[in-house]
Amino acid sequence: MKILAIESSGLTASAAIAEDEALLAEYTVNFKKTHSQTLLPMIDEIVKMIGMDLKELDAVAVSEGPGSFTGLRIGSATAKGIALALEKKIVPVPTLDALAYNLYDTLGLVCPIMDARRGQVYTAIYRFEDHRLVCIREKTAESIEDLAAELNGLPERQVTFLGDGVPVFRERLAEILDKDFSFAPAHLSRQRAGAVAALGIRYYKEGRAQESKDHKPEYLRPSQAERVRAEKLSGRGEKS
Amino acid sequence: MDDIRILAIESSCDETAASVVKNGREVLSNVISSQIALHTLYGGVVPEIASRKHIEKIDQVITRALEEAGVTLDDIDAVGVTYGPGLVGALLVGVAEAKALAYARNLPLVGVHHIEGHISANYIENPDLEPPFLCLVVSGGHTHLVIVRDYGEFEILGRTRDDAAGEAFDKVARAIGLGYPGGPKIDKAAKEGNPSAYDFPRGKVTGSPYDFSFSGLKSAVLNYLNSASMKGETVRREDVAASFQKAVTDVLTEHTMEAAKDYKIKKIAIAGGVASNSALRASMEEACRRRNYSFYRPSPVLCTDNAAMIGCAAYYEYIRGTRSGWDLNAVPDLKLGER
Repeated sequence: MKILAIESSGLTASAAIAEDEALLAEYTVNFKKTHSQTLLPMIDEIVKMIGMDLKELDAVAVSEGPGSFTGLRIGSATAKGIALALEKKIVPVPTLDALAYNLYDTLGLVCPIMDARRGQVYTAIYRFEDHRLVCIREKTAESIEDLAAELNGLPERQVTFLGDGVPVFRERLAEILDKDFSFAPAHLSRQRAGAVAALGIRYYKEGRAQESKDHKPEYLRPSQAERVRAEKLSGRGEKS
Repeated sequence: MDDIRILAIESSCDETAASVVKNGREVLSNVISSQIALHTLYGGVVPEIASRKHIEKIDQVITRALEEAGVTLDDIDAVGVTYGPGLVGALLVGVAEAKALAYARNLPLVGVHHIEGHISANYIENPDLEPPFLCLVVSGGHTHLVIVRDYGEFEILGRTRDDAAGEAFDKVARAIGLGYPGGPKIDKAAKEGNPSAYDFPRGKVTGSPYDFSFSGLKSAVLNYLNSASMKGETVRREDVAASFQKAVTDVLTEHTMEAAKDYKIKKIAIAGGVASNSALRASMEEACRRRNYSFYRPSPVLCTDNAAMIGCAAYYEYIRGTRSGWDLNAVPDLKLGER
């Protein structure tokens, strides 16, 4: 099967086309420019480069979040528009799954951390079992200290971190972690559509595709207005 | 010439909308998914919530617009989309979706200015209306007095120096306890009120006869309410609504008539959300009638944000040869007539 994968959850804009076990093309830009301007031209570029007719696609995979709210929506709307136009399904791939998949078959724990601002990271904890990615702690937004405490409580001796939270929190992690740790090198440390494509094919086969109209990003956080309102309603309103 | 069918998408604020328009003026479908009920909880549009709703609804809205028009994407000749002005996060959903759809179908893409859309709403129900004409554009975000020289060619004579007209409606409605959205609520309350009960100021901008200023009026209303409440006087909010509304519509009408006289234009149109205000429609209609001008206004459903007007504007831009690239971006402060 052929799949187009889109990744725009963070600073990285990335597009890839994969066919079964082969990654046919991948275009990744990790440079400050709006995804709105870059993402579709990047897709167009790789489609032209491999001389593919879009109609050959079986599905569109998209990194569903968490991440930048606006970035996620640009990726989601791009995926939805293409899927609607071609009458194909969308395969939502959790962004943290795809990040962890960059470090396929790593021994020990794999821990993607994405800078979520407000002193938090979007994170989940994974390990590979029998060559399969297994999420052992569900994705959430939490402080680096809470994450470190959880990691410290797990039996594995080694953890590998990756994601744009690394430059923000690497020193803090060094202070509070009491196990071996390392940070993924540049070519593996950020979101890549190639990983979204590889997992997308897998998830498609597991029946996780959805109609384009049903797809929406997974933000992991309510909007600020909803949060403030919920706090007010529950009567413990912090002044903001 | 063959028929041209345009699929148009609009998501600049809190309505997710799609439409199919044939040859610029024949609306085959006009689907609007409104979020007003949701934003009412917050007393106004919350940009992040609006953006989240757009992404949830956009495919359904497009699919319904095609179905109601009785067409498929195979029958579409171009995709039009609002790319500004508006809320950037909201605009981006429509822009990314429209680009992807057009790209995957190999269709031309036409980026449309939201206000050009509002102005074009007048073409839809008035087959005889052609440029040049004078148009007053009034909405929650915009107050412009514009000469439409030709399709897609505009000369802005005046604009607001502070609040947009619709913004003033929202703020006054909140102050007198009518809530959100202010425009329709003030319109309704004013019908039960006396427009001459209070003499609120008519804002002028010295040296710029066609510009508008509503902040003085808004402050006058708020000051009046404050002083009445200090003195323990009861305020009849219907009277405040009617008097405030009268002050707004007087200024809008007078400036428009002034410009029509100075520029010798006898065709006058109104557009935008506030153009559905019944007092403004009546006041403009009467002023035009007295001067023997032709007066055009869209039906209320075409005054509110919708995609039919975007489809209409996109058609004329398409005919002019306007094409947008796959790098089209949302431009929240896009100026009218800019490309």
